[in-house]
Amino acid sequence: MNLTSIDWAIMFVYFVFVLGIGFVLKRKVKTSTDFFLAGRAIPAWVCGLAFISANLGAQEVIGMAASGAKYGIATSHFYWVGAIPAMVFVGIFMMPFYYGSRARSVPEYLRLRFDEKTRGLNAISFAVMTVFSSGISMYAMARLIQILHILDVPFRRMNIPQQWIFHFSIGFSALIVLGYILFGGLTSAIYNEVLQFFLIVAGFLPLVWLGLRNVGGWHGLVEKLPSSYSHSWVGMGSPQTNPLGVEWFGLVMGLGFVLSFGYWCTDFLVVQRAMAADSMSAARRTPLIAAIPKMLFPFLVILPGLIAVGLSTDLVSTPSTSTTVSGTASSQHKAYGKGLIPAKIDEATGQPLLDANGKAVLDYDLAIPNMLLHYFPTGILGLGLTALLASFMSGMAGNVTAFNTVWTYDIYQSYIRPKASDEHYLWMGRVATVFGIALSIIAAYAATRFNNIMDMLQLVFAFVNAPLFATFLLGMFWKRATGHGAFVGLISGTTAAAVHHGLTLPAGAAPGIKGAWLGHILHAYPSEMAQNFWTAIWAWTTCFLVTILVSLLTRARDEKELVGLVYSMTERPNEEHLPWYKRPAALGVAVIVLTLMLNLIFW
Amino acid sequence: MGLDIRLPIGGLFTIIGILLVGYGLMADKAIYQKSLGINVNLWWGLVMLAFGLIMIAFGQRADRRLKR
Repeated sequence: MNLTSIDWAIMFVYFVFVLGIGFVLKRKVKTSTDFFLAGRAIPAWVCGLAFISANLGAQEVIGMAASGAKYGIATSHFYWVGAIPAMVFVGIFMMPFYYGSRARSVPEYLRLRFDEKTRGLNAISFAVMTVFSSGISMYAMARLIQILHILDVPFRRMNIPQQWIFHFSIGFSALIVLGYILFGGLTSAIYNEVLQFFLIVAGFLPLVWLGLRNVGGWHGLVEKLPSSYSHSWVGMGSPQTNPLGVEWFGLVMGLGFVLSFGYWCTDFLVVQRAMAADSMSAARRTPLIAAIPKMLFPFLVILPGLIAVGLSTDLVSTPSTSTTVSGTASSQHKAYGKGLIPAKIDEATGQPLLDANGKAVLDYDLAIPNMLLHYFPTGILGLGLTALLASFMSGMAGNVTAFNTVWTYDIYQSYIRPKASDEHYLWMGRVATVFGIALSIIAAYAATRFNNIMDMLQLVFAFVNAPLFATFLLGMFWKRATGHGAFVGLISGTTAAAVHHGLTLPAGAAPGIKGAWLGHILHAYPSEMAQNFWTAIWAWTTCFLVTILVSLLTRARDEKELVGLVYSMTERPNEEHLPWYKRPAALGVAVIVLTLMLNLIFW
Repeated sequence: MGLDIRLPIGGLFTIIGILLVGYGLMADKAIYQKSLGINVNLWWGLVMLAFGLIMIAFGQRADRRLKR
């Protein structure tokens, strides 16, 4: 790829601003609350944009375009069935307890509501998860910089061996993220997330516009694609008749209910953004405000994937093709690709990878990068790449800020050094930022060596996360739920997930990391997605039932202790003085109606 | 909050906008074959510049109101 000085200039300006924000905010950070909770002084719309931005890491951007290319508009289920209802629920029903209890983190809420062991379990698994996620983000970014040959020319000019590009990318991103979090803490991270939100929109909107113009608008695109690509619900009656390989019940329950509610309602990474809001009503509006751009994001991140597949070969072979990446870039392999999506190349043989049916395996993750390279001339290309880099970094920063808070409040202050001064915890937060990033770097290098270990860890995280929402749901809405119940419920939910995964297998997969590792196949799913969704459903149901059962067998907590923590024991927040558009309930209804309409339009 | 978020956003967009507009006016038009013959640098630069200036205006207004 040939970048010119204008592209570098744009990237440079971005980095100056990122570090500048951290530097300016440094003066404001005086207490640990400033550092970990942004002083609880951020307006709702800023928290809202940070709320989706924290999740809009590059894996999301690249991954959603990849699924768009693979499955079509059905990918929007992750937004219109998954994220949005969960975001409305957390804003209207759960935020009063997170914000109102003055808990400083999600694990801390679990301690207030249940007990120490439930918090410990959640805090430790969450801390490990964030470090690995940020490491994987770092690894993915360094890989992308290598694959796109972004730094090849400058490195050659400076006579540095090309292998160093990977190390440089890791080190550089770590330093930038370290710099701005160390100075400004959560405020800095939130500000940069908002900045990144606008950058992503600014970088991708012209891409979608050019792409659509090229294929002849939405109708032109639909004509170029298989009919299943332009419908999200048609064919969902049976797993055999839709590209996802899932039936509607598994989709709605598994993805829509268990997985999405589990993520958006309990993951401290996103909830932390709402906890930083300046008032209860701002905290409740945070996810609702976030839901509005979120529901439009499919057009920004999924559509490029569709366009990338839809571009027929004659449209692709304009003079610009030579710049896109097709694995090792040799043109005879082009024939295996589809539109702008190249085939995966076997690194050992240099030949395209073929699946069992002799068809080429496509590298869908290159949909977004190739779209950028295909449509953007130098200049705006710098902007597109900056947007991509920004999303990698804020993905990392989101994890690091969540990690340093959980580490300091829920692990260090609880088990290692309670009752120290606030200054000490502020200091610890900064130290935790440094070693959190150091651990991420180690995780990133581990990912280069042991690909299987990473897959396995992600699987374990999925098992740990799947039952979480049952615990929170019962904790917030059933005052009889007890600490023992929650703890045993979580453990059995995770176990149920592991056992279900160990006894089932998606079609066409070999036993092992994909399932059936217990040596027995009870059920074969039509797709990996179906297996994931049903694993989550089993985990959730087990956790839900076991928590109820054990709670009924153990001693209930005194009701007075549950004020502010459980729905029936807490006063409803008073919203009468607010204009209607600031009332969470009204906003929530508006968001749901709009989402329903989107589902119907793309039926 | 000390620093109104709209100021850095506005600042970044204004500078990138100016860079893109300037480049769009000067650069060889042949590079726009990729972008369907449209000078995206110029047009998108103008959009970003306008957005940046609006953000700065809002940010400053809020700042002034805070000081009063």
